[in-house]
Amino acid sequence: MTMIFHILAANSLITAFAAVGILMWISGAISKYLTFGRIHGSAIAIMLGLVLAFFGGLATGGEKGVADLPALTGIGLMGGAMLRDFAIVATAFEVDVVHARKAGLIGAVALGLGTVVPFILGVFVAAAFGYTDAESLTTIGAGAVTYIVGPVTGAAIGASSPVIALSIATGVFKAVIVMIGTPFVAGMIGLNNPRSAMVFGGLMGTVSGVSGGLAATDRRLVPYGALTATFHTGLGCLVAPSILYFTVRAIIGS
Amino acid sequence: MTISGVALLAICTLLGGLLGDLLGVALGVKANVGGVGIAMMFLIAVRLWLVRHGLLSRGLNTGVEFWGSFYIPIVVAMAAQQNVVAAAKGGPIVVIAGAGAVAVCFAMVAMIGRLSGRIETMDEIEAREAIEANVPHFKSGRVG
Repeated sequence: MTMIFHILAANSLITAFAAVGILMWISGAISKYLTFGRIHGSAIAIMLGLVLAFFGGLATGGEKGVADLPALTGIGLMGGAMLRDFAIVATAFEVDVVHARKAGLIGAVALGLGTVVPFILGVFVAAAFGYTDAESLTTIGAGAVTYIVGPVTGAAIGASSPVIALSIATGVFKAVIVMIGTPFVAGMIGLNNPRSAMVFGGLMGTVSGVSGGLAATDRRLVPYGALTATFHTGLGCLVAPSILYFTVRAIIGS
Repeated sequence: MTISGVALLAICTLLGGLLGDLLGVALGVKANVGGVGIAMMFLIAVRLWLVRHGLLSRGLNTGVEFWGSFYIPIVVAMAAQQNVVAAAKGGPIVVIAGAGAVAVCFAMVAMIGRLSGRIETMDEIEAREAIEANVPHFKSGRVG
Protein backbone atom coordinates (compact mmCIF):
# COMPACT_ATOMS: atom_id res chain seq x y z
CA MET A 1 0.00 0.00 0.00
CA THR A 2 2.74 2.45 0.93
CA MET A 3 4.46 1.47 -2.31
CA ILE A 4 1.38 2.45 -4.29
CA PHE A 5 1.20 5.79 -2.52
CA HIS A 6 4.89 6.30 -3.12
CA ILE A 7 4.61 5.71 -6.85
CA LEU A 8 1.52 7.98 -7.06
CA ALA A 9 3.19 10.80 -5.14
CA ALA A 10 6.50 10.48 -6.97
CA ASN A 11 4.76 10.77 -10.36
CA SER A 12 2.24 13.38 -9.25
CA LEU A 13 1.51 14.91 -12.66
CA ILE A 14 1.11 11.49 -14.30
CA THR A 15 -1.20 10.47 -11.44
CA ALA A 16 -3.24 13.60 -12.14
CA PHE A 17 -3.57 12.68 -15.84
CA ALA A 18 -4.82 9.22 -14.87
CA ALA A 19 -7.16 10.54 -12.16
CA VAL A 20 -8.72 13.20 -14.41
CA GLY A 21 -9.02 10.68 -17.24
CA ILE A 22 -10.87 8.23 -15.01
CA LEU A 23 -13.09 11.03 -13.76
CA MET A 24 -13.94 11.94 -17.35
CA TRP A 25 -14.72 8.32 -18.25
CA ILE A 26 -17.12 8.14 -15.33
CA SER A 27 -18.67 11.48 -16.32
CA GLY A 28 -19.05 10.33 -19.90
CA ALA A 29 -20.86 7.20 -18.72
CA ILE A 30 -23.12 9.25 -16.42
CA SER A 31 -23.90 11.61 -19.27
CA LYS A 32 -24.76 8.77 -21.61
CA TYR A 33 -26.70 6.42 -19.35
CA LEU A 34 -28.20 8.62 -16.63
CA THR A 35 -28.97 11.85 -18.49
CA PHE A 36 -29.22 10.30 -21.99
CA GLY A 37 -26.78 12.84 -23.35
CA ARG A 38 -28.79 15.82 -22.17
CA ILE A 39 -26.04 17.07 -19.86
CA HIS A 40 -22.62 17.23 -21.47
CA GLY A 41 -19.98 14.86 -20.10
CA SER A 42 -17.54 17.70 -19.44
CA ALA A 43 -20.18 19.60 -17.44
CA ILE A 44 -20.60 16.55 -15.23
CA ALA A 45 -16.84 16.16 -14.94
CA ILE A 46 -16.48 19.78 -13.79
CA MET A 47 -19.28 19.36 -11.27
CA LEU A 48 -17.77 16.13 -9.97
CA GLY A 49 -14.44 17.95 -9.72
CA LEU A 50 -16.04 20.65 -7.58
CA VAL A 51 -17.77 18.06 -5.39
CA LEU A 52 -14.46 16.23 -4.91
CA ALA A 53 -12.82 19.57 -4.11
CA PHE A 54 -15.44 20.14 -1.43
CA PHE A 55 -14.81 16.78 0.25
CA GLY A 56 -11.07 17.09 -0.26
CA GLY A 57 -11.20 20.46 1.46
CA LEU A 58 -13.23 19.03 4.33
CA ALA A 59 -10.86 16.07 4.71
CA THR A 60 -7.61 18.04 4.67
CA GLY A 61 -8.75 21.43 5.93
CA GLY A 62 -6.67 22.93 3.14
CA GLU A 63 -7.53 25.52 0.51
CA LYS A 64 -6.75 23.59 -2.65
CA GLY A 65 -9.46 20.93 -2.78
CA VAL A 66 -8.18 17.46 -3.68
CA ALA A 67 -4.74 18.89 -4.51
CA ASP A 68 -4.01 18.95 -0.78
CA LEU A 69 -4.15 15.14 -0.64
CA PRO A 70 -0.53 13.93 -0.91
CA ALA A 71 -1.24 11.47 -3.73
CA LEU A 72 -3.09 14.07 -5.79
CA THR A 73 -0.78 17.10 -5.60
CA GLY A 74 -0.36 16.73 -9.35
CA ILE A 75 -3.94 17.96 -9.79
CA GLY A 76 -2.67 21.27 -8.46
CA LEU A 77 -0.03 21.45 -11.19
CA MET A 78 -2.31 20.18 -13.94
CA GLY A 79 -5.15 22.55 -13.08
CA GLY A 80 -2.91 25.41 -11.97
CA ALA A 81 -2.57 28.77 -13.68
CA MET A 82 0.50 27.73 -15.71
CA LEU A 83 -0.99 24.86 -17.71
CA ARG A 84 -4.43 26.46 -17.75
CA ASP A 85 -3.12 29.58 -19.47
CA PHE A 86 -0.96 27.48 -21.81
CA ALA A 87 -3.99 25.48 -22.93
CA ILE A 88 -6.18 28.58 -23.26
CA VAL A 89 -3.59 30.23 -25.50
CA ALA A 90 -3.49 27.05 -27.60
CA THR A 91 -7.22 27.32 -28.25
CA ALA A 92 -6.51 30.62 -30.07
CA PHE A 93 -5.36 28.45 -32.98
CA GLU A 94 -9.05 27.80 -33.69
CA VAL A 95 -10.12 31.44 -33.49
CA ASP A 96 -11.59 32.73 -36.70
CA VAL A 97 -10.12 36.22 -37.02
CA VAL A 98 -13.07 37.51 -39.03
CA HIS A 99 -15.57 36.58 -36.33
CA ALA A 100 -13.36 37.83 -33.52
CA ARG A 101 -12.82 41.20 -35.18
CA LYS A 102 -16.55 41.64 -35.84
CA ALA A 103 -17.27 41.18 -32.15
CA GLY A 104 -14.38 43.36 -30.97
CA LEU A 105 -16.31 46.51 -30.03
CA ILE A 106 -19.24 44.70 -28.48
CA GLY A 107 -16.77 42.59 -26.51
CA ALA A 108 -15.19 45.76 -25.11
CA VAL A 109 -18.61 47.11 -24.11
CA ALA A 110 -19.38 43.80 -22.38
CA LEU A 111 -16.04 44.01 -20.59
CA GLY A 112 -16.92 47.43 -19.14
CA LEU A 113 -20.43 46.38 -18.11
CA GLY A 114 -19.10 43.12 -16.68
CA THR A 115 -16.93 45.09 -14.28
CA VAL A 116 -19.31 47.85 -13.21
CA VAL A 117 -22.60 45.93 -12.94
CA PRO A 118 -21.45 43.09 -10.62
CA PHE A 119 -19.56 45.69 -8.58
CA ILE A 120 -22.68 47.80 -8.00
CA LEU A 121 -24.67 44.68 -7.15
CA GLY A 122 -22.00 43.53 -4.68
CA VAL A 123 -21.92 46.95 -3.02
CA PHE A 124 -25.70 46.93 -2.57
CA VAL A 125 -25.68 43.42 -1.11
CA ALA A 126 -22.88 44.40 1.27
CA ALA A 127 -24.84 47.51 2.30
CA ALA A 128 -27.93 45.37 2.86
CA PHE A 129 -25.88 43.17 5.21
CA GLY A 130 -24.94 46.18 7.32
CA TYR A 131 -21.55 47.25 5.97
CA THR A 132 -21.26 51.01 5.93
CA ASP A 133 -17.58 51.87 5.38
CA ALA A 134 -16.37 52.55 1.85
CA GLU A 135 -13.47 50.06 2.15
CA SER A 136 -15.66 47.05 2.99
CA LEU A 137 -18.34 47.99 0.45
CA THR A 138 -15.76 48.40 -2.31
CA THR A 139 -13.93 45.17 -1.46
CA ILE A 140 -17.07 43.03 -1.42
CA GLY A 141 -18.24 44.72 -4.61
CA ALA A 142 -14.86 43.94 -6.18
CA GLY A 143 -15.23 40.32 -5.04
CA ALA A 144 -18.41 40.12 -7.09
CA VAL A 145 -16.27 41.00 -10.13
CA THR A 146 -13.75 38.14 -9.69
CA TYR A 147 -12.02 36.42 -6.81
CA ILE A 148 -8.75 38.06 -7.77
CA VAL A 149 -10.09 41.60 -8.07
CA GLY A 150 -11.59 41.31 -4.55
CA PRO A 151 -8.41 40.66 -2.56
CA VAL A 152 -6.25 42.89 -4.78
CA THR A 153 -8.66 45.77 -4.18
CA GLY A 154 -9.05 44.99 -0.49
CA ALA A 155 -5.30 44.96 0.02
CA ALA A 156 -4.87 48.19 -1.93
CA ILE A 157 -7.44 50.21 0.01
CA GLY A 158 -6.86 48.59 3.41
CA ALA A 159 -9.98 46.52 4.05
CA SER A 160 -10.12 44.13 7.02
CA SER A 161 -9.09 40.50 6.63
CA PRO A 162 -12.56 38.93 7.14
CA VAL A 163 -13.96 41.27 4.50
CA ILE A 164 -11.21 40.25 2.09
CA ALA A 165 -11.97 36.57 2.81
CA LEU A 166 -15.63 37.30 2.13
CA SER A 167 -14.77 38.95 -1.19
CA ILE A 168 -12.70 35.94 -2.26
CA ALA A 169 -15.53 33.59 -1.29
CA THR A 170 -17.99 35.70 -3.30
CA GLY A 171 -15.75 35.55 -6.37
CA VAL A 172 -15.15 31.80 -6.04
CA PHE A 173 -18.86 31.21 -5.59
CA LYS A 174 -19.51 33.28 -8.70
CA ALA A 175 -16.98 31.20 -10.67
CA VAL A 176 -18.57 27.97 -9.44
CA ILE A 177 -22.07 29.14 -10.39
CA VAL A 178 -20.85 30.17 -13.85
CA MET A 179 -19.19 26.77 -14.37
CA ILE A 180 -22.29 24.84 -13.34
CA GLY A 181 -25.01 27.18 -14.59
CA THR A 182 -23.79 28.10 -18.07
CA PRO A 183 -24.76 24.88 -19.89
CA PHE A 184 -28.28 25.13 -18.44
CA VAL A 185 -28.95 28.72 -19.51
CA ALA A 186 -26.91 28.63 -22.74
CA GLY A 187 -29.99 28.09 -24.92
CA MET A 188 -31.96 30.82 -23.16
CA ILE A 189 -29.28 33.49 -23.50
CA GLY A 190 -28.34 32.60 -27.08
CA LEU A 191 -24.87 31.29 -26.30
CA ASN A 192 -24.27 29.49 -29.58
CA ASN A 193 -22.09 31.81 -31.67
CA PRO A 194 -18.66 33.45 -31.45
CA ARG A 195 -20.05 36.92 -30.76
CA SER A 196 -22.22 35.96 -27.81
CA ALA A 197 -19.31 33.90 -26.47
CA MET A 198 -17.13 37.04 -26.51
CA VAL A 199 -19.86 39.06 -24.82
CA PHE A 200 -20.25 36.26 -22.28
CA GLY A 201 -16.51 36.22 -21.57
CA GLY A 202 -16.44 39.98 -21.06
CA LEU A 203 -19.47 40.04 -18.78
CA MET A 204 -18.73 36.99 -16.64
CA GLY A 205 -15.06 37.71 -16.34
CA THR A 206 -13.74 34.93 -14.14
CA VAL A 207 -11.44 32.99 -16.47
CA SER A 208 -12.03 29.75 -14.59
CA GLY A 209 -15.81 30.22 -14.64
CA VAL A 210 -15.94 31.27 -18.28
CA SER A 211 -13.61 28.55 -19.52
CA GLY A 212 -15.33 25.86 -17.45
CA GLY A 213 -18.82 27.02 -18.35
CA LEU A 214 -18.11 27.30 -22.07
CA ALA A 215 -16.21 24.01 -22.13
CA ALA A 216 -19.28 22.33 -20.69
CA THR A 217 -21.56 24.08 -23.18
CA ASP A 218 -19.70 23.94 -26.49
CA ARG A 219 -15.97 23.39 -26.73
CA ARG A 220 -15.75 25.49 -29.92
CA LEU A 221 -16.83 28.64 -28.07
CA VAL A 222 -14.01 28.51 -25.50
CA PRO A 223 -11.38 30.55 -27.38
CA TYR A 224 -13.79 33.42 -28.05
CA GLY A 225 -14.93 33.66 -24.45
CA ALA A 226 -11.38 33.36 -23.11
CA LEU A 227 -10.17 36.12 -25.41
CA THR A 228 -12.28 38.77 -23.64
CA ALA A 229 -12.40 37.20 -20.17
CA THR A 230 -8.64 37.41 -19.85
CA PHE A 231 -8.82 41.23 -19.86
CA HIS A 232 -11.53 41.24 -17.22
CA THR A 233 -9.43 40.67 -14.10
CA GLY A 234 -6.85 43.23 -15.22
CA LEU A 235 -9.53 45.82 -15.87
CA GLY A 236 -11.16 45.07 -12.52
CA CYS A 237 -7.86 45.40 -10.65
CA LEU A 238 -7.38 48.72 -12.44
CA VAL A 239 -10.72 50.42 -11.78
CA ALA A 240 -11.98 48.84 -8.52
CA PRO A 241 -9.34 50.30 -6.15
CA SER A 242 -9.34 53.63 -8.00
CA ILE A 243 -12.37 55.03 -9.83
CA LEU A 244 -14.94 52.71 -8.27
CA TYR A 245 -13.53 53.16 -4.74
CA PHE A 246 -13.53 56.96 -5.04
CA THR A 247 -17.08 56.86 -6.39
CA VAL A 248 -18.30 54.75 -3.47
CA ARG A 249 -16.51 57.04 -1.02
CA ALA A 250 -18.00 60.14 -2.62
CA ILE A 251 -21.52 58.68 -2.53
CA ILE A 252 -21.52 57.59 1.12
CA GLY A 253 -19.60 60.74 2.02
CA SER A 254 -16.98 59.46 4.47
CA MET B 1 8.09 18.86 -35.98
CA THR B 2 5.70 18.70 -33.07
CA ILE B 3 8.09 20.57 -30.83
CA SER B 4 7.93 23.62 -33.12
CA GLY B 5 4.24 23.90 -32.36
CA VAL B 6 4.73 23.46 -28.62
CA ALA B 7 7.68 25.87 -28.59
CA LEU B 8 5.76 28.45 -30.61
CA LEU B 9 2.88 28.18 -28.15
CA ALA B 10 5.28 28.49 -25.22
CA ILE B 11 7.00 31.55 -26.68
CA CYS B 12 3.66 33.24 -27.35
CA THR B 13 2.45 32.44 -23.82
CA LEU B 14 5.65 33.77 -22.22
CA LEU B 15 5.71 36.93 -24.34
CA GLY B 16 2.04 37.58 -23.63
CA GLY B 17 2.58 37.07 -19.90
CA LEU B 18 5.55 39.42 -19.93
CA LEU B 19 3.65 42.14 -21.80
CA GLY B 20 0.65 41.66 -19.49
CA ASP B 21 2.90 42.19 -16.47
CA LEU B 22 4.53 45.24 -18.05
CA LEU B 23 1.09 46.65 -18.86
CA GLY B 24 0.10 46.08 -15.24
CA VAL B 25 3.17 47.95 -14.00
CA ALA B 26 2.59 50.77 -16.50
CA LEU B 27 -0.98 51.15 -15.27
CA GLY B 28 0.01 50.82 -11.63
CA VAL B 29 -2.01 47.63 -11.11
CA LYS B 30 -0.90 44.68 -9.01
CA ALA B 31 -2.02 42.19 -11.64
CA ASN B 32 -1.32 40.85 -15.08
CA VAL B 33 -3.41 42.85 -17.54
CA GLY B 34 -4.66 40.66 -20.38
CA GLY B 35 -1.51 38.54 -20.62
CA VAL B 36 -3.35 35.49 -21.92
CA GLY B 37 -5.33 37.59 -24.37
CA ILE B 38 -2.17 39.21 -25.73
CA ALA B 39 -0.59 35.76 -26.08
CA MET B 40 -3.66 34.56 -27.97
CA MET B 41 -3.38 37.49 -30.36
CA PHE B 42 0.30 36.67 -30.95
CA LEU B 43 -0.59 33.09 -31.75
CA ILE B 44 -3.39 34.16 -34.09
CA ALA B 45 -0.99 36.54 -35.87
CA VAL B 46 1.72 33.89 -36.13
CA ARG B 47 -0.75 31.40 -37.57
CA LEU B 48 -1.91 33.88 -40.18
CA TRP B 49 1.72 34.60 -41.12
CA LEU B 50 2.58 30.89 -41.35
CA VAL B 51 -0.46 30.15 -43.49
CA ARG B 52 0.31 33.02 -45.81
CA HIS B 53 3.88 31.81 -46.29
CA GLY B 54 2.88 28.18 -46.57
CA LEU B 55 4.89 27.22 -43.50
CA LEU B 56 2.13 25.69 -41.40
CA SER B 57 3.28 22.08 -41.16
CA ARG B 58 1.31 19.12 -39.84
CA GLY B 59 3.71 18.65 -36.93
CA LEU B 60 3.46 22.26 -35.88
CA ASN B 61 -0.32 22.00 -35.97
CA THR B 62 -0.24 18.83 -33.86
CA GLY B 63 1.92 20.50 -31.22
CA VAL B 64 -0.50 23.37 -30.69
CA GLU B 65 -3.71 21.43 -31.18
CA PHE B 66 -2.74 18.83 -28.61
CA TRP B 67 -2.65 21.48 -25.92
CA GLY B 68 -5.85 23.07 -27.17
CA SER B 69 -7.60 19.71 -26.97
CA PHE B 70 -6.14 19.12 -23.52
CA TYR B 71 -8.01 22.10 -22.30
CA ILE B 72 -11.11 20.43 -20.84
CA PRO B 73 -9.20 17.92 -18.68
CA ILE B 74 -7.16 20.86 -17.36
CA VAL B 75 -10.37 22.71 -16.50
CA VAL B 76 -11.63 19.61 -14.67
CA ALA B 77 -8.38 19.52 -12.68
CA MET B 78 -8.83 23.22 -11.98
CA ALA B 79 -12.35 22.62 -10.67
CA ALA B 80 -11.05 19.84 -8.41
CA GLN B 81 -8.67 22.22 -6.64
CA GLN B 82 -10.99 25.15 -5.93
CA ASN B 83 -11.58 26.21 -2.37
CA VAL B 84 -15.20 25.07 -2.51
CA VAL B 85 -15.42 24.72 1.28
CA ALA B 86 -14.67 28.41 1.78
CA ALA B 87 -17.15 29.39 -0.92
CA ALA B 88 -19.84 27.28 0.74
CA LYS B 89 -18.99 28.56 4.24
CA GLY B 90 -19.18 32.26 3.39
CA GLY B 91 -22.88 32.34 4.17
CA PRO B 92 -25.79 34.26 2.69
CA ILE B 93 -23.88 37.41 1.65
CA VAL B 94 -21.60 35.30 -0.56
CA VAL B 95 -24.49 33.36 -2.05
CA ILE B 96 -26.61 36.46 -2.73
CA ALA B 97 -23.78 38.61 -4.14
CA GLY B 98 -22.31 35.75 -6.19
CA ALA B 99 -25.53 34.34 -7.58
CA GLY B 100 -26.97 37.82 -8.11
CA ALA B 101 -23.95 38.94 -10.12
CA VAL B 102 -24.15 35.82 -12.27
CA ALA B 103 -27.90 36.14 -12.85
CA VAL B 104 -27.62 39.81 -13.86
CA CYS B 105 -24.73 39.03 -16.21
CA PHE B 106 -26.55 36.10 -17.82
CA ALA B 107 -29.50 38.42 -18.46
CA MET B 108 -27.19 41.01 -20.01
CA VAL B 109 -25.60 38.44 -22.34
CA ALA B 110 -29.10 37.64 -23.57
CA MET B 111 -29.99 41.32 -23.87
CA ILE B 112 -26.87 42.32 -25.79
CA GLY B 113 -27.39 39.32 -28.05
CA ARG B 114 -30.97 40.37 -28.84
CA LEU B 115 -30.13 44.05 -29.30
CA SER B 116 -27.31 43.43 -31.74
CA GLY B 117 -29.34 41.24 -34.06
CA ARG B 118 -29.10 37.70 -35.29
CA ILE B 119 -25.79 36.09 -36.07
CA GLU B 120 -24.71 32.74 -37.47
CA THR B 121 -24.48 30.05 -34.82
CA MET B 122 -21.44 27.82 -34.49
CA ASP B 123 -23.34 24.96 -36.15
CA GLU B 124 -24.38 27.13 -39.08
CA ILE B 125 -20.82 28.39 -39.52
CA GLU B 126 -19.50 24.83 -39.62
CA ALA B 127 -22.22 23.73 -42.04
CA ARG B 128 -21.46 26.64 -44.36
CA GLU B 129 -17.73 26.02 -44.15
CA ALA B 130 -18.23 22.35 -44.96
CA ILE B 131 -20.06 23.38 -48.11
CA GLU B 132 -17.45 25.99 -48.99
CA ALA B 133 -14.66 23.48 -48.42
CA ASN B 134 -16.00 21.44 -51.33
CA VAL B 135 -15.67 24.41 -53.65
CA PRO B 136 -11.97 24.82 -54.40
CA HIS B 137 -10.96 28.46 -54.02
CA PHE B 138 -8.48 30.48 -52.00
CA LYS B 139 -9.45 32.40 -48.94
CA SER B 140 -6.89 34.53 -47.17
CA GLY B 141 -5.67 33.48 -43.78
CA ARG B 142 -7.65 30.30 -43.41
CA VAL B 143 -6.62 26.69 -43.33
CA GLY B 144 -9.00 23.98 -44.41
